[in-house]
Amino acid sequence: MRYLPLTADDRRSMLSAIGAKSIDDLFVDVPLSARRDGVVDLPKVMGELEVERELSALAARNKPAGSVPFFCGAGAYRHHVPATVDHVIQRSEFLTSYTPYQPEIAQGTLQVLFEFQTQVARLTGMEVANASMYDGSTAAAEAVLMASRVTRRTRAVLSPGLHPHYVHSIETLAHATSIQTERLRPAVDAEADVIEAIDANTACVVVQTPNVFGTATDVTRIAEAVHAAGALLIVVTTEVMSLGLLKSPGEMGADIVAAEGQSIGNALNFGGPYVGLFAAREKLTRQMPGRLCGETVDAEGRRGFVLTLSTREQHIRRDKATSNICTNSGLCALAFNIHMSLLGEKGLRKVAAVNHAQARKTRDALAAVPGVEVLTPRFFNEIAVRLPRPAEQVVQVLADHNIIAGVPFSRLDPEAGMDDVLLVAATEIVTDHDIKLLAMALSKVLSA
Amino acid sequence: MSSSMNTVGRPTAPTEVDPIHGFQSLTGGRGLLQDEPLIFEMDGWDKTGVDVPDADLDASDLGALVRRDPIGLPGLSEPETMRHYVRLSQKNHAIDLALYPLGSCTMKHNPRLNEKMARLPGFSDIHPLQPQSTVQGALALMDRLAHWLKTLTGMPAVALSPKAGAHGELCGLLAIHAAHDAKGDHARRVVLVPTSAHGTNPATAAFVGYSVREIAQTADGRVDLQDLKAKLGPDVAAIMVTNPNTCGLFERDIVEIARLTHEAGAYFYCDGANFNAIVGRVRPGDLGVDAMHINLHKTFSTPHGGGGPGAGPVVLSEALAPFAPTPWVVSHEDGFRLVEFEEGEAVQSFGRMNAFHGQMGMYVRALTYMMSHGSDGLRQVAEDAVLNANYIKARLSDVMSPAFPDGPCMHEALFDDRWLEGTGITTLDFAKAMIDEGFHPMTMYFPLVVHGAMLIEPTETESRIELDRFIEALRALAGAARAGEVDRFKGAPYLAPMRRLDETQAARQPRLSWKAREGSNLAAE
Repeated sequence: MRYLPLTADDRRSMLSAIGAKSIDDLFVDVPLSARRDGVVDLPKVMGELEVERELSALAARNKPAGSVPFFCGAGAYRHHVPATVDHVIQRSEFLTSYTPYQPEIAQGTLQVLFEFQTQVARLTGMEVANASMYDGSTAAAEAVLMASRVTRRTRAVLSPGLHPHYVHSIETLAHATSIQTERLRPAVDAEADVIEAIDANTACVVVQTPNVFGTATDVTRIAEAVHAAGALLIVVTTEVMSLGLLKSPGEMGADIVAAEGQSIGNALNFGGPYVGLFAAREKLTRQMPGRLCGETVDAEGRRGFVLTLSTREQHIRRDKATSNICTNSGLCALAFNIHMSLLGEKGLRKVAAVNHAQARKTRDALAAVPGVEVLTPRFFNEIAVRLPRPAEQVVQVLADHNIIAGVPFSRLDPEAGMDDVLLVAATEIVTDHDIKLLAMALSKVLSA
Repeated sequence: MSSSMNTVGRPTAPTEVDPIHGFQSLTGGRGLLQDEPLIFEMDGWDKTGVDVPDADLDASDLGALVRRDPIGLPGLSEPETMRHYVRLSQKNHAIDLALYPLGSCTMKHNPRLNEKMARLPGFSDIHPLQPQSTVQGALALMDRLAHWLKTLTGMPAVALSPKAGAHGELCGLLAIHAAHDAKGDHARRVVLVPTSAHGTNPATAAFVGYSVREIAQTADGRVDLQDLKAKLGPDVAAIMVTNPNTCGLFERDIVEIARLTHEAGAYFYCDGANFNAIVGRVRPGDLGVDAMHINLHKTFSTPHGGGGPGAGPVVLSEALAPFAPTPWVVSHEDGFRLVEFEEGEAVQSFGRMNAFHGQMGMYVRALTYMMSHGSDGLRQVAEDAVLNANYIKARLSDVMSPAFPDGPCMHEALFDDRWLEGTGITTLDFAKAMIDEGFHPMTMYFPLVVHGAMLIEPTETESRIELDRFIEALRALAGAARAGEVDRFKGAPYLAPMRRLDETQAARQPRLSWKAREGSNLAAE
């Protein structure tokens, strides 16, 4: 087997150095009833060529986004990632290293995390950011738990535009920890409705901008109401590219930001791995989940970086930790860090502007299709439209004609009574020609 | 500089010792190792490394929503970017450079075929919510991975979506919680955890509102059955046991532990972080396990990436399977379909743990790894991992003190610090001195049940020559420690990119992001 360096001779001589007669001697502690002599019923060892052949055949049964006009968003976005990013993250020293527990030989990873934290804090307009979470949805769920710890209250209000998968991820964790959630009925442009739902036991209000329908909202007024009630405002963003064009959550009064960072540096990957961004006000630092990287000096006084404030974490505090998170999204955070370093503010603003322009064109093209109603009033790169038919059917017909038109809202929330709503995203990869093809095909399908 | 200790006796601040050789370069660089500034210190405030056309429509429709203030994000040209990250990379240890014997972490070779397969556009460039008819190959891959995991563990069901080991533990406990609830049994508020457990076990139990009750360990490093019996009761929801455990030992009484647990009406959660020691030789399903997470980034070699991403699928027994989180894949006559909502066949599911369907990129890598090995290769993986660990234990036992000298260990060898008594050298010092010899230190001060623990896990992908090189280095260091060469240890590392770092200062005055120096005119400050 090509990954196993020991030879039969090595094994024999090593057993004899140990003083064992056979490998079975090393497994003596396994109860007799559980020892298996033969191999399990699965295929045997395979060469690289054969494995590649089988997996390539599976891959060929999928339709890659890059092969068709493509308009899916709803929490995962296809952006152009510079070739440098994927090259660097495959360097052995980044790819095959562990969590930086020995800082003297992990300064590469640690400096990356410090840069990443700074980039995330600035992008979100917050004071501190951690070294990443699994993804945006788990970051949002952890934010709710954190808000409950900080305020010692046990109720969370979830906005009408919060991504349904985020709603469900929060509910799963909240219910296990006896936090009540109140989710407002899905609506395209009603984030401010959360204000009515705040009460004296409300730990936090979770709003999303741009929300799952693409609607961008100035949450300043919501923040004021939340703070007046002694609660925390959690702002969720599933499309961080928007922060190159739209006011940041920090500027609008957010206390915690939980965001999906996939758009910067990371591929679609059928939903994972992604990178959760978690940022907060400085005074909340010690209640944050996850790893934090901090600056310090070495024994010669030179600047270096270490993991710090680990008394919040499971490996030190065990059942008193702020979270159970251990492994997070290091390599995806590196991809984010590299892509963001290439973009800089200048590039970020330009790419964001192109996204918005392509989405405006998409909006105009779809608004001109008979029977289509555009629902989203203010948007970054995604809109919701109402179709005269169930969106799922329309999307399927278009997919059969090699156009991936977007995400039917019913795919996320079949109970919402919004079966006719389609979410359409247009990033910088969408061309004017793609938009024309989508509008033409949609016209044709709807008039058939 | 003052020295301080944390609760497990580990020093957190360096002790000042002169470098071995006083030579200093004029610029602070060390040969190929350059001092590399932060991207915020490279004057890139008005630069970008991407060429993007100007947008042909403006954002006037957004009015006051437009971000006007500077964000403060520097950009770098492509050559500067490449150099920045390559220089940084050279300050990292990596499994591709040398043995990385972190016990319980399983730093094994990461085959590059896995990376190549994960990057096929048919896997990397598909959206989680595009029509299921256009991703049948991806769903087939998830189904095949599930089949391999179920067969290797002898368990009837698997939840693929958990994003890492600790997330898998969460999945298991939520399923257990739901199972008790379904029986109308709301009185079980306690989870039993051995003192040797990973920190994630008690943290996860507490995270979902359970209180944690510790179980004692016997002198030979296993769960104390008498103590277990005493602590089991109608208030216990589950026991969490790592097997092989964190001392690197197989729990001989595992079947009895499972029986007692079930008899008390509780469920048996197995922490599968060490599954690599038994894969292909022992099926956890035969041991009475109800739920076990599998770290794809350990046993099945998806790269650790400097701290993730991982993946933590959880295999489940018949009793817990109905409560598995959504989504999962089912096959039907026309192909595969995702079950995404808690209705119909999923009506008892405890719900969704995260957006979308889990760590697809890791599924591809792990399945590639499994198929490459096959059932015979995977069995050999376990055997070689255990052989390598026992070889290290055998060859170091005369110079270091094994915590459990009697009988074989599994995939990792645990030593304590008794052998350092009287030398003035701590486990931390010894670990740092290993860095100067070109090795990553072993896991230190864990498990907590052993004083000054040193947990060595070589994995199966080390050759005999590399093992011997490692053993000789440790024997030489042990000799130096006995000979009283204290400075070699106290000041270590001398030859790493950095000398010992001051963790105390980092925690006392946290600086968690870059800030421009006073009076500087850098943008956005």
